[in-house]
Amino acid sequence: MSDLELVQINPLLWEIPRTGDMRVPGRIFADRALIGQASEEHALQQVANVACLPGIVMASLAMPDIHWGYGFAIGGVAAFRLEDGVISPGGVGYDIACGVRLLRSNLIFEEVKESVPGLVHELSRMIPAGVGRRGQIRFGQKEMDAVFTRGAPWVIEQGYGWPEDVDVIEDGGFLPGGDPSLVSHRARERGFAQPGTLGAGNHFAEVQLVEEVFDPQVAAAYGVFKGQLCVMLHSGSRGLGHQVCTEYVKLMGAAAVRAGISLPDRQLACAPIDSPEGREYYAAMACAVNFARMNRQVMTHLIRQSFEYIFKLPAERLGLATVYDVSHNVAKFEEHEVGGETIRVCVHRKGATRSFPAGHEDVPAHYRDVGQPVIIPGDMGTASYLLKGAEGAMRESFGSTCHGAGRVMGRRAARRAIQGHELKKRLEAQGITVRAGSNRELAEEAPEAYKDIDQVVSVCHRAGLSSKVARLRPLGVVKG
Amino acid sequence: MMKMQRFELIEHTADIGVRSFGGTIAEAFETAAAGMFSLLADPGRIRERQEFPVEVEAEDREMLLVEWLNELLYIYESRGVLLKRFHIGEISDNRLRGSAYGEPIDSVRHEIRTDIKAVTYYQLRVEQRESGWLTEVIFDV
Repeated sequence: MSDLELVQINPLLWEIPRTGDMRVPGRIFADRALIGQASEEHALQQVANVACLPGIVMASLAMPDIHWGYGFAIGGVAAFRLEDGVISPGGVGYDIACGVRLLRSNLIFEEVKESVPGLVHELSRMIPAGVGRRGQIRFGQKEMDAVFTRGAPWVIEQGYGWPEDVDVIEDGGFLPGGDPSLVSHRARERGFAQPGTLGAGNHFAEVQLVEEVFDPQVAAAYGVFKGQLCVMLHSGSRGLGHQVCTEYVKLMGAAAVRAGISLPDRQLACAPIDSPEGREYYAAMACAVNFARMNRQVMTHLIRQSFEYIFKLPAERLGLATVYDVSHNVAKFEEHEVGGETIRVCVHRKGATRSFPAGHEDVPAHYRDVGQPVIIPGDMGTASYLLKGAEGAMRESFGSTCHGAGRVMGRRAARRAIQGHELKKRLEAQGITVRAGSNRELAEEAPEAYKDIDQVVSVCHRAGLSSKVARLRPLGVVKG
Repeated sequence: MMKMQRFELIEHTADIGVRSFGGTIAEAFETAAAGMFSLLADPGRIRERQEFPVEVEAEDREMLLVEWLNELLYIYESRGVLLKRFHIGEISDNRLRGSAYGEPIDSVRHEIRTDIKAVTYYQLRVEQRESGWLTEVIFDV
């Protein structure tokens, strides 16, 4: 569908050469099959559009799970110079700090398999999931302000989790710089009943089995072993984040109209990083990031309670520790080497995961020798992955790798092709317990609506953006 | 004159959109709203029991469409209501005033089909054609 020229640089890297208003080339990490899928959509045009934004450095990048988004492609990574670059709410997305957390346990699947269906049922009872589902936990205005500035550490102080959890959450559990005065009444209202709720769409809580370990040494450092029972959470900043994004896309879009700036796509609305609008967006976004971190932390607490109820042992005895928590929709200030020089840039990851290698100072101390854990949620019928950050990511992708399988089929098309109740039967025949709010939502999230996760992860592995540590197979799924 | 109430869905890999038509810009905007709510729930099961006044402003017509739809989503989410019928009384390039009619969500009668996170500006269109007005909008779902 795209008229753009596409040049193959090596078997896993493709380039869209600079043309027209592009300031840098576009680069897509993919094998021949994945680039074929991306070319059928407008995703490549979106990579080229991002390359037109002011202050972009090196290239407008896309990971192998690239698919057609709005504004930025999903799977997009772009870094901007602080002096003349921009920050774009659309480059982060509506679900600010949507991300993944992996919890390990000391339970061996073979020994507890009879308990798994009951555990999944208990999780579905404890974690509100689905459209418009409200949670039981409410914070007052002052408490919300604390969430916005201190995220997970604050909510742990309130009793939702273990102090050591913060050591293994990106940024120590909160992104500094959140300014609660910039979170509107509407955003607060939308987030009010949502602490500890999963949401709908592709968000999930899954009980998983570590099916295969590729790198035993690193897996051991992460406390992960073959045959182990784990829990993966995929959720974000809920209505609060959606509202923050909505307000700043509007604000920056209106500023562009007034300034007579024509954008290749209005969803690319942006402002200079060093401008009142740019600074305010970052400070409001940080609040939403911290809300998302609080949200996954509260759900971690609910997961631990569910395990305690089912296994009649304290969560500490069950070894239900956090392996890591990482976001895949976020903008962050980081140092990267560009053209032989180390500079500070604003990295936008929209459907891409930070992937810092061993030795990087932002990797938690007890993982620093092996590299940052990277958690890749797959579709509910196939697998998810635990990876580690790799050196290649620092050279090629501003320390980033993929974030999931990436859709290949639209939601309506999925519903036409797949019956929710039949899918549920099929998954249960595979030994996967499913607790979903609606069959309709289930059909939209069917495995065949997604790219092959093994292929996506393999491209990242071979391209040196991240390395495979373990493959996790779903045993039970809680969805909206 | 009979009101044209026509819309169709736009397929998008990750998300979904609505293309609406109307004899006037007001009708096209009303129909876009009806299209958006048809994604959320079955309109046949929504009763018109309450009126919600809406007033929004924007820089231009395209942004006005996004504001109108975002305002309706906000009413849906913050008040817990489903909306069915929409009426725009006054509309210019920068401002509109109207009403939406619906009822509180009843978990017995209503099934919420899809979560719409936001109305995006991607491939946004508001155009006057010979036969009337056309709008196109993509939602983040």
